[in-house]
Amino acid sequence: MREVAVVGFTQSPCMRREPDRNEVEILIPVIHELRKSLGFEKESFDFVCSGSSDYLAGQSFAFVSGLDAIGAWPPVCESHVEMDGAWALYEAWVKMQMGYADTALVYGFGKPSMGDLPITMALQLDPYVNTPLWPDAISLAALQARLLLDAGLVTEREMAEHAVRDRKNAKRNPFAQVKGDFQAASLLKKPKLVSPLRQHDCAPISDGASAVVLAAGDRARELAKRPAWIRGIAHIVEPQELGVRDLTRSRSTELAAARAGIWKGAVDVAELSAPFTHQEILVERALGLGAKTRINPSGGALAGNPLMAVGLSRIGEAARRIWDGSASRAVAHATSGPCLQQNLVCVLEG
Amino acid sequence: MAELCGVIGIGQTKYQSARKDVSMPGLVREAAERALEDAGCTWRDIEAVVIGKAPDMFEGVMMPELFLVDALGGAYKPMLRVHTAGSVGGSTGIVAASLVQAGVHERVLCVAYEKQSESNATWALSIALPFSVATVAGAGGYFAPLVRGYIRRSGAPEDTGIRVAVKDRQNALKNPLAHLQLEDISFEKVANSPMLWDPIRYLETCPSSDGACAMVFASERVADRQSKPVAWVHATEMRSEPTMFSGRDQVIPRATLDNAASLYKKAGITKPREEIDCAEIYVPFSWFEPMWMEGMLITERNEGWKMTYEGATALDGDFPVNMSGGVLSSNPIGASGLIRFAESALQVRGLAGAHQVDGARRALGHAYGGGSQYFSTWIVGSAKP
Repeated sequence: MREVAVVGFTQSPCMRREPDRNEVEILIPVIHELRKSLGFEKESFDFVCSGSSDYLAGQSFAFVSGLDAIGAWPPVCESHVEMDGAWALYEAWVKMQMGYADTALVYGFGKPSMGDLPITMALQLDPYVNTPLWPDAISLAALQARLLLDAGLVTEREMAEHAVRDRKNAKRNPFAQVKGDFQAASLLKKPKLVSPLRQHDCAPISDGASAVVLAAGDRARELAKRPAWIRGIAHIVEPQELGVRDLTRSRSTELAAARAGIWKGAVDVAELSAPFTHQEILVERALGLGAKTRINPSGGALAGNPLMAVGLSRIGEAARRIWDGSASRAVAHATSGPCLQQNLVCVLEG
Repeated sequence: MAELCGVIGIGQTKYQSARKDVSMPGLVREAAERALEDAGCTWRDIEAVVIGKAPDMFEGVMMPELFLVDALGGAYKPMLRVHTAGSVGGSTGIVAASLVQAGVHERVLCVAYEKQSESNATWALSIALPFSVATVAGAGGYFAPLVRGYIRRSGAPEDTGIRVAVKDRQNALKNPLAHLQLEDISFEKVANSPMLWDPIRYLETCPSSDGACAMVFASERVADRQSKPVAWVHATEMRSEPTMFSGRDQVIPRATLDNAASLYKKAGITKPREEIDCAEIYVPFSWFEPMWMEGMLITERNEGWKMTYEGATALDGDFPVNMSGGVLSSNPIGASGLIRFAESALQVRGLAGAHQVDGARRALGHAYGGGSQYFSTWIVGSAKP
């Protein structure tokens, strides 16, 4: 495997509703700042890949305007996935493995505040059978949480404690949206949003963008003092129908984690993008994380959830802990689809 | 550094305006099963699935790959969804090939589709947004001015487009999967068809089709064991540039020229017109054949129309283009690029049937999209690169 590292990362603040700027206007300063931080103001990247969703923008080909953030000429060698930016990073990593590129720019962006997100997500389901019933994203997650609670696999207190932890960690993250000191006991007194989920169990809706730079071998050593080397990256998808999979565990995360080689060493830091507290618990279990791992130092997806960028941001946040020396081995996770249908695991080392 | 990659299986559905007999899962599975059969492998052999299609709004499903996992045998495997505007079919093939070339997988299934009958593409392309000016033009209205620009600067005879339209529909009659089967196609018939977006007439326009195309990509180790011929990937290339900026040539954009130059360099080609035996080029409106002959550096600037006029791009010409009938004869949008890649591979495998170019050893597959701003291309050959 060719040595490829994360050497740069920038993000916009996660905002419930970006009032003035459209998707690409949120993205432009993020990319400019990233270029500046790495001295890439004039130089071009060998490969560019992005992740976004037309349905968040309410426009076909919404990602095309993302090119405006890259600059006019020269034309770029570029691709796009209709997935979270974490999968765009995977595509870029593949191009670097085949020796096609030594540097790559990866970005993800989304502005879900323009529509009714939970209902929009119902359009991800089988259009003949499920979508006509309009099961919104929170209700589907609530079904999964109910299964877990009834089976005694999680408790409401445990779920609340995850929200408390992530919001507390997020106090040190200027880009996070939901942060502060909370008590599980008082959160549990709040009303239910969609039973059994309360507000604190659900990730916020966030507008935002993030961008990452990858570099191979010596190029990475030039660009970063302590590059965050990608030692393993893998993703797996499950069938979508809720009835045909075991919703009380995340089998696809387990498989991706094994392929990414997560258990070859201790994990100092993990950044997870599970959008609901019970899903965060499932992902922690699937990754086999224990007390020795610092989980979500940034606050994770529960503190800031810019759809289509949130997974990529986890990789960036995990890389940051490698760069600053606070971790020598870190894991990042991204997800897509209802009830953790598709998951990506990336293992980084200093 | 990259590993060799070969196309070992190709499957296509019949293209038609409405495939009411199948759902979306049924449509993609039909193409995928045919590709697996051609490759002589089973679902179990496939390590990863790459799927591409044009905007989700064309069918009204957000990230439809998520509900198509089962239909494509993707359960508990890696699955990627590519979307690069009209060039998406080509880009999807390139991503799938990359997974093999990078040494990540040995067999990858690649599928692209569109089921246009389940929505309305012109509506989906014309949504008015509160913060930008809507062109409300659809694709034809967008590209017509570019064609007029080409005619003005090249001095091409005004019937060039008609000749392309006739030639591609005649080729389609040799391809049983092609959507349009116009037995009575003629110069007069095209010339007399209604003018839609001046200078583009009704019969100079692509149809709106349902359909899917699938390919199986394999490592050298696997491909060497195949009994059927293999199309080897010699080079792939992609280029993109923003839609609008001062100084941009939208007729022959710099992105296509850079893309072509880099593609040929990677493939070791110095005289493309001589060294490439045939090409499947993305021509959704007739005039884009001469335009891309120039944009792909097959001929000199402002002379692309001469190739059409002199019959060079006909099935028996010296540089046959769109032997399958092209996008002008079948257009399941998201799949149209992958069909170009698949048809070029069929040619070098010698399996193109009645529209086979005799002795084709090296072929060009091409797709473009957006406002003439996304380009994805490849060169495949009957021999290893």
